[in-house]
Amino acid sequence: MTDPVYVTEALIAEDIDAYLDQHQHKTMLRFITCGSVDDGKSTLIGRLLYDSKMIFEDQLAALESDSKKVGTQGQEIDFALLVDGLAAEREQGITIDVAYRFFNTEKRKFIVADCPGHEQYTRNMITGASTADLAVILVDARKGVLVQTRRHSYLCHLIGIRNLVLAVNKMDLVDYSQEVFDQIVADYTAFASSIGIESFTALPISGFKGDNITALSANTPWYQGPTLVEHLETVEVNSARDAQRPFRLPVQWVNRPNLDFRGFSGLISTGSVKPGDQVRVLPSGKTSTVTRIVTMDGDLDEAVAGQSVTLCFADEVDCSRGDVIALADNPPEAADQFEATIVWLNDDPLHVGRAYWMKLGTQMVSVTVQQPKYAVNVNTMDHVAAKTLELNAIGVATITTDKPVVFEPYAANRTLGGFILIDKMTNSTVGAGMLNFSLRRAQNVHWQALDIGREAHAGLKNQKPAVLWFTGLSGSGKSTIANMVEKKLHRMNRHTFLLDGDNVRHGLNKDLGFTEADRIENIRRVGEVAKLMADAGLIVITAFISPFRADRDMVRKMLPEGEFIEVFIDTPLAVAEERDVKGLYKKARAGQLKNFTGIDSPYEVPESAEIRIDTTTMDVEEAADLIVNTLLGDG
Amino acid sequence: MAQGAPRANLTHLQRLEAEAIHIIREVVAEAEHPVMLYSVGKDSAVMLHLARKAFYPSPPPFPLLHVDTTWKFQDMYRLRDRMAKESGMELLVYHNQEAMEKGINPFDHGALHTDMWKTEGLKQALDKWGFDAAFGGARRDEEKSRAKERIFSFRTASHGWDPKNQRPELWNLYNARKHKGESIRVFPISNWTELDVWQYIHLNDIPIVPLYFAAERPTVERDGMLLMVDDDRFPLKPGETPVMRSIRFRTLGCYPLTGAVESAAKTLPDVIQETLLTTTSERQGRAIDKDAGGAGMEVKKQQGYF
Repeated sequence: MTDPVYVTEALIAEDIDAYLDQHQHKTMLRFITCGSVDDGKSTLIGRLLYDSKMIFEDQLAALESDSKKVGTQGQEIDFALLVDGLAAEREQGITIDVAYRFFNTEKRKFIVADCPGHEQYTRNMITGASTADLAVILVDARKGVLVQTRRHSYLCHLIGIRNLVLAVNKMDLVDYSQEVFDQIVADYTAFASSIGIESFTALPISGFKGDNITALSANTPWYQGPTLVEHLETVEVNSARDAQRPFRLPVQWVNRPNLDFRGFSGLISTGSVKPGDQVRVLPSGKTSTVTRIVTMDGDLDEAVAGQSVTLCFADEVDCSRGDVIALADNPPEAADQFEATIVWLNDDPLHVGRAYWMKLGTQMVSVTVQQPKYAVNVNTMDHVAAKTLELNAIGVATITTDKPVVFEPYAANRTLGGFILIDKMTNSTVGAGMLNFSLRRAQNVHWQALDIGREAHAGLKNQKPAVLWFTGLSGSGKSTIANMVEKKLHRMNRHTFLLDGDNVRHGLNKDLGFTEADRIENIRRVGEVAKLMADAGLIVITAFISPFRADRDMVRKMLPEGEFIEVFIDTPLAVAEERDVKGLYKKARAGQLKNFTGIDSPYEVPESAEIRIDTTTMDVEEAADLIVNTLLGDG
Repeated sequence: MAQGAPRANLTHLQRLEAEAIHIIREVVAEAEHPVMLYSVGKDSAVMLHLARKAFYPSPPPFPLLHVDTTWKFQDMYRLRDRMAKESGMELLVYHNQEAMEKGINPFDHGALHTDMWKTEGLKQALDKWGFDAAFGGARRDEEKSRAKERIFSFRTASHGWDPKNQRPELWNLYNARKHKGESIRVFPISNWTELDVWQYIHLNDIPIVPLYFAAERPTVERDGMLLMVDDDRFPLKPGETPVMRSIRFRTLGCYPLTGAVESAAKTLPDVIQETLLTTTSERQGRAIDKDAGGAGMEVKKQQGYF
């Protein structure tokens, strides 16, 4: 290869310092290649590596011998063998996972994600596309625009790639026909505008023969350029665009080596920052001034999107991992309900209503997904009804987080709008999503920080707030023991309040029945009320059957660590039924009461209750003492 | 240095540095007990430097772990101890006791040496201290199976790697959640090439083992590899006499397993120049990739090799 783009050997040999200076100032472009099986992706990447001298002689020797053994190109070099890495793939002759490759030209360093064309591997394509500035969509000149071409283009557009290249490959096999090329471009243009792709660049190439890769080909005199590499070298990268947006930095870690230094570390997602800038910490809404941008190489005068930095403030404001530092007069919002586009990545389908972990920037919250409004048929782009999302499915759904999340729509900020979903049991990454917009604002949480906080309330009462959450079967003794506990605490001058299941259903929750959904809502409301009371500094005692583990955990998460104390009143069903204080078991057994816990509705025993009371060995007085001692012992 | 004056268009090294620092901080924020695997090579040197930048002015809040085979070059042990001191980090050195007792060595035991001292030694060390996240300096451009590995590479409780069952990795969102006993290997410089590493060392003036630079050293030639006689444990075959040659190393491991190249490159720009103009790939000097045919590294990784 004697192509001008790559001829750097002379410079390396003659003036290594000049070469290093040139290399040091290169920018970086990340792109993906996608297309159908056999469209020639691996061959194209192999070609780019080969032409840019990223293949050494020993690799080339291995490649030549492999080409003869398992290659698909006869006696010629099969470039695809360079990039099909894993043993299984080499046997099957297909790429089955995202592989990353590297090459340089005089202007840029490139990272290529090689994305598989198989239908079942949409998830790998989304993975590769999520970090890309540009996508090369390969089309086989003999086959034209296929279903998979549409799907890959849609996915690239969905994930926000604005630079699309339509590479019409294998032009050598259609005699470099302009007519064929023009027809494919016309077909693709019609499709692209139908899904909102505003622009793309089309090129006639042959990855195998090298036409229009690094130099304009004599075989396509009707094509004026640019070559593929020229285009890749000059297209605008995302980080350049991100730098123009308002400043946001998701806090990763608080740096506190000693009492004199407190810095907030993170990667700037958008915008830029200078010492003296007024910033606001979200979601608290507290403001301060940046005093220093600290790095090991000395303080910076300015830092921009894409840099990892540590900021120091003029004031002692609360700021920790998960918070977002933003421009003071242009901060992002916080919300807890959104419309999101979700791509499902796991064999186990989406479970509507189940709680997943959501990681968004450095925020980790619990989230539930409602039944999708629709799913997208990725072949036709039609909206279809869906009850759930299976592996590789894409849908739009409402999601609700357990606390406000600082966010921006994905279109404006990938970092504050892109998220992954993690299964709480298996810890697998099961979904990825993009926030489209919020459905309700979280009560302007970041505008007004209250001066009298929960510490102040508790301090005045001279106690540590807590929620003693009694759970157990009907007739297990919850209300009786809870009542005794409150009496004892009251006698000790503690400020308490008892929320009783039956009493709450006379007022706050009188609109709720006993279906599973209503029981969940009943516990949610009680949890919220208990939380408010704990914020007011009270020791709250609740007595509800609360049969579902997930619901009790939901309340636990509403409260600060250590303030939720689960008290399991452990009375065997037979004993509770024997007592049957309210005659309810008799009714349930007679079929007059539906969904009765222990009879035709399950009770999920707590797995790690802070306190367990065995009422077959302990009387009310002993039980109450144990609870009070545990509570105050901890406090 | 790479952090220099801000521009809308960051250079590739500025972006790679920022990415690596972000990765290292994520691990510290989300893992319970992280450790940095420190092999004293140039990639380790860069990784350690990035860790120091990530937490400056604090020292990196995790220890360095050297899984030693007792067969490293003397210069490597010297630099290791110096860098631990300079960085203010705790240095843990682990020797596989069984390998030690059985006298496993690279001259007599070949592949078993690597397996016991390094693969088994690493697993034992991670188990011993209960580390749930371990940083490694592997790069995707090194070897084919590395090209597909995630930045956060999940390992089972028995340290196995399943290339078909990797967690999808989107944007820069890393999932560090795991069950007790399971662990993750984290590769902050995944997206760096050999040239990037050299250039970063050059720009940041990072100390590296002198063996990377050419000097007159005692050598013998075996099976087409140029080996350095680093200490008197090197068993010379009948008729073998060490010859002084101007050599350097492109990659550093156990001295009896690491091939040198004849070179006159005495400065970093010289080394970089030679690297760029060279015609063989970096791992060529290492015996490990040659085992088990083309799939050597992939098989080793499934067994728990880094």
